[in-house]
This record gives sequence, C-alpha cells and structure tokens, in this order.
Amino acid sequence: MAPFWRRSKETAKERLRLILIHDRIELSPGKMEELKNDLREVFKKHLNVKTEDFDISVSRKKDSMALEADIPLRDSR
Amino acid sequence: MGKSIVITSGKGGVGKTTTTANIGMALAVMGKSVVLIDADIGLRNLDVVMGLENRIVYDLVDVVEDRCRMDQALIKDKRHRNLMLLPAAQTRDKTAVEPEQVAKLVENLRDDFDYVLIDSPAGIEQGFRNAIAGAQEAVIVTTPEVSAVRDADRIIGMLEAEGLNDPRVIINRIRQDMVKRGDMMDIDDMIEILAINLLGIVPDDEDIIVSTNKGEPIVLNNKSRTGEAFRNIARRIEGEELPLENSGREKFMQKIKRMIGIS
Repeated sequence: MAPFWRRSKETAKERLRLILIHDRIELSPGKMEELKNDLREVFKKHLNVKTEDFDISVSRKKDSMALEADIPLRDSR
Repeated sequence: MGKSIVITSGKGGVGKTTTTANIGMALAVMGKSVVLIDADIGLRNLDVVMGLENRIVYDLVDVVEDRCRMDQALIKDKRHRNLMLLPAAQTRDKTAVEPEQVAKLVENLRDDFDYVLIDSPAGIEQGFRNAIAGAQEAVIVTTPEVSAVRDADRIIGMLEAEGLNDPRVIINRIRQDMVKRGDMMDIDDMIEILAINLLGIVPDDEDIIVSTNKGEPIVLNNKSRTGEAFRNIARRIEGEELPLENSGREKFMQKIKRMIGIS
C-alpha cells in the first residue's frame, strides 16, 4: 500500500465532494465567498463578531444539505 | 410490452456505446428480443461497434420523417437474429427529431421487443433530451475519475427531474492495480460519493479495443472477464440478484485460488 501522501484517490474524493456540493446547490465557490462577506457585514452590524474567524460551509446530510455558519463572538466584559 | 432503457453519462468517452452494444448482445444471447437505438444523430457509432456499418440503408430520421417503414430501417445482427439495430442518421443533426417523436417510436418498438436500449449522445442538450424521451429506466455509465463522476451526478439530478428515478450506475474502466496502490477510487468510494444503485463494474481492458476493431462485442468471448462483467449486468437487468464482482481489492484466498486455477 502506498504511503498516504501518494494516494491520489483521497485527493480525488475530497475534490469531488466539494465540487458536487457546489454543483448541487448551484452556487460556485466564488459566489459562496461573496455570500460569506455579505453575511459577515450583516452580523457585524448587530453583533460584536470576531470577523477574522467568521466562516460558512455547506454540510451534506443523508438526503439534505444545510448551510452552516460559524459566528464567533467577542466577549466585551 | 417490453422495457425501454436509456444508456447515458453526461461526459463523452466513458463507454456508453460499447456498454449498449454489449448489454444488448448479452440479453440477446440470453434469448431476449432486443432492439438497440443509436440516438447520437450526426455522430453514429453503435453500428461500427456492432460491426453492422455495411448494412445500413435507412436510419432513425428516415423512420421519423416517414421515408421508410420501421422494419426497413431495422438491421438484423449477423450473429443473433433476435437482436436489431436502429441506426442514427449521419448527415443530420440532433435537431432533426423531437423528443415526442422519439418517445412514440420507442413506444411502438416496445410492442415487438423485450428490450429497447437507447444509446444516448454525450451532453445535456437536445440529443440527450431525445434519448431519454421514451425511456422507462436509465443506466448511467461513468469511470472512476473526478470529471466523469461529477457529470454522472449532474445527469442523475436531471433524470430525476424528468421522472426517471433511481437510475442505476455502471462503473467502467476500473483498474485493479491503480485501486490497489490508492491512485483510483474504488467501488465503495464511488457509492459513498454518489449515493447510487450500482448495476455493475467493468474492468479496464485493452481487449475492448480489439473487439471494437473487429466489430465484435466482447460478451461474445466466453473467456473474457470483461465479457463476464457485461453478461452479469444483463442478468441483473433481467432481475437476477448477483453479487458484484471483485471491486479491485482481491481477497488473498481468491488470489491464491485464481493462481492455482480453481476459480
């Protein structure tokens, strides 16, 4: 068995998973980045968000997909 | 009434035509009456893979445009009399027929044959629409590559939007040596990613090129493992429950058995 860094099928699988998610939600990675930036601004307006750690991602469950947002907040005490 | 099945893929060059020819031939060998429709108008090839290119007089477009009767256009296979081919037109393009016309033609053929297999062109445009128009079931051919799997996923979505639910997938050109060293996705990887029903696995085999050179589908070779793979696919289409062949990870004992020639 080849060492893990040589197993190109793992790279293929990882790339495919991402490609299929973007194909299925009909949102390209570039558009997703735009959405992320817009959302970050919206949250910033109302909350003290750690903007540098703000992230969104699509997760695939069995039969459905969900957009998940990670919105870390600054503790201002 | 017979059953109509479209063989499609999205991506070109993954083996749709070879698959159609071999499944058709295997079903005919099993005693079924089969008609193969080449729906790739303008780029016909199924006739060549079947070795029937010299017998073409009329084609699908001639039938649709009433220049001949269906029985004048159908070409009888030279090896099996219960296998027929309806060739595509070569000098026209995919806009020469409409999906409704193909649907009607397929419907009529289902009266006379156990199976109507439709070889789809690559792509997702009108040629694809024409090919799926009369189909009750769909078989998707793909290879273990990122681009082919991506297109297969897209095609599955489009077929389901057209009411062709639960298409079954054939994974073509699996190379055991590459699977073994981790440079090719295996069956489990593909099932995990696509969440699909598998109809069969076909090994990558240079004998396919030899058989295409001769115009003799590889299922006619009883010794060929690739032929065996297609024969098993035909049996699964007929409703038999067969375990999937070796997916690339040969078990130790199987290897020994094969080496000493008892398997």
